[in-house]
Amino acid sequence: MTPSTPQLPVTLRVNGVPRTLTLDPRVTLLDTLREHLHLTGTKKGCDHGQCGACTVLVDGTRLLSCLTLAVMHDGQAVTTVEGLGTPDALHPLQDAFIRHDGYQCGYCTPGQLCSSVGTLDEIARGVPSHVTADLDDVSFSAEELRERLSGNICRCAAYPNIIAAVSEVHAAQNGTAQPEKGQ
Amino acid sequence: MRAFTYERALTPQAAAGATLAEGAKFIAGGTNLLDLMKLDIERPAHLVDINRLELNAVTDTADGGLHVGALVTNTDLASHPRVKADYAVLSRAIVAGASGQIRNKATTGGNLLQRARCPYFYDTNLPCNKREPGSGCAALTGLSRPLAVIGTSDACIAQHPSDMAVALRVLDATVNTLKADGTGRTLALDDFYRLPGDTPHLETTLEAGELITGVTLPPPPGGTHVYRKVRDRASYAFALVSVAAVLNGRDSRFAFGGVAPRPWRVEEAETARAGAEPDARARAVIDAAFADARPTEQNAFKIPLLRRTLSAVLAQASGEEK
Ligand SMILES: Cc1cc2nc3c(=O)[nH]c(=O)nc-3n(C[C@H](O)[C@H](O)[C@H](O)COP(=O)(O)OP(=O)(O)OC[C@H]3O[C@@H](n4cnc5c(N)ncnc54)[C@H](O)[C@@H]3O)c2cc1C
Ligand code: SF4
Ligand code: FES
Ligand code: FES
Repeated sequence: MTPSTPQLPVTLRVNGVPRTLTLDPRVTLLDTLREHLHLTGTKKGCDHGQCGACTVLVDGTRLLSCLTLAVMHDGQAVTTVEGLGTPDALHPLQDAFIRHDGYQCGYCTPGQLCSSVGTLDEIARGVPSHVTADLDDVSFSAEELRERLSGNICRCAAYPNIIAAVSEVHAAQNGTAQPEKGQ
Repeated sequence: MRAFTYERALTPQAAAGATLAEGAKFIAGGTNLLDLMKLDIERPAHLVDINRLELNAVTDTADGGLHVGALVTNTDLASHPRVKADYAVLSRAIVAGASGQIRNKATTGGNLLQRARCPYFYDTNLPCNKREPGSGCAALTGLSRPLAVIGTSDACIAQHPSDMAVALRVLDATVNTLKADGTGRTLALDDFYRLPGDTPHLETTLEAGELITGVTLPPPPGGTHVYRKVRDRASYAFALVSVAAVLNGRDSRFAFGGVAPRPWRVEEAETARAGAEPDARARAVIDAAFADARPTEQNAFKIPLLRRTLSAVLAQASGEEK
């Protein structure tokens, strides 16, 4: 039997709503969202940092909720796929994913949406990637998107449609022509 | 995951004292430690969360170098204007590793201390001297393709997985620590990482309770900076081999990743055939730096692969991209 450990109070602001819980320190942020807050939009794929299905935004930054403990995030803001938009008021990325057929099995999509939101913000902030040619000029391209979304693994070949959807949202946000659609 | 007690450290000194006890560990990003705890490979009884320590700044040093706090995330370090401008090989190495989500959470100190990616280290059904000292090494007669070719021992042939550390080695970075007794140390990477010998479970020279507070980069070396990583997939995979290079004519420096239990650099090899054309120069440098290599049948390919990778780096630097 596992010895019991002291439970700890944790307050998270989840999708804009403050939630106070008392948790075993072992509980990951992912299990907190799914098992304690019943926000099952965020998916558990591998539970080991390899698939991206559990991606959420913490204080606006995308990270893997399976590889972090809820107690480490006391006082922070968490956005899950449920917090991006609602069926009546979709997030522009959710809308674009539908129109470009970027949704497939639904297991990977919540992580891909959160990852895409984080990615567009990272590009805007000048965070370089492995394919960035000039470190001082981080710009948007389909190649950049492919590299930056590579932590979200999907087996069903939705990638080109996802790239098209995210590219369209980027173009709309930046008032630029849509870049090349890529594989 | 086994049960543990949890505390948040509020000062570096309190943190350093807090993990003196057997079985206590620091947690920073958690991206390596929690993975290993779920697999029952790491079994800390007490976790000291260091995320609230003020060790997350990148600051200029008096001599024109840079100090990087242990909690600076991989993303923030790779994006820092001075790192991009003066230490580009470090930016390049960081973004060659893991995924965006992981780099947003992974920290400088945690990255240096991430543990081996040997398949048997991860398989708790099989012997591994690093995981269970004295149990044997399943890799010696098993799947050794990803593992090290030099600096190994009969007890362990695992390679160090970090990309960032390879760039830090070529930049002559040092690791700054704070011990439980309140004193600090500054360690060169070769003094920080141990070679396996017959104690492969001891990976660094850190003492019980010793906290990494940061990493110091000497003044910018100038030159052309390149990090080239070869892996089984184009993205999101560990290195088979990698080259971190700062190219500055005769003073060019090279460190190699994926091939040894720590970033591999042999300073005496760097001047070999300086000025020669890329293929000849790469051959001379690799022959000298890997003269003592003891590859397995499965990973012997890494040495010619590294030679070609270095040749490509040299060609890229001289403007004739291959
Ligand atoms: C799917 C996947 C792919 C990856 N691919 C790559 C890759 O291609 N290249 C690469 O380099 N890395 C890769 N990584 C590894 C990743 O970079 C590391 O997990 C990360 O850098 C560890 O940092 P952390 O802050 O999360 O460490 P933690 O998990 O918090 O800690 C790791 C270790 O360091 C100790 N520690 C942490 N901070 C300190 C400190 N300040 N002082 C003393 N001890 C400390 C902890 O006690 C623990 O033992 C990958 C990881 C995953 C999950
Ligand atoms: S090579 Fe090292 S890490 Fe791998 S099984 Fe052998 S002892 Fe363990
Ligand atoms: S469930 Fe977190 S990365 Fe797979
Ligand atoms: S969307 Fe789930 S496998 Fe592709």
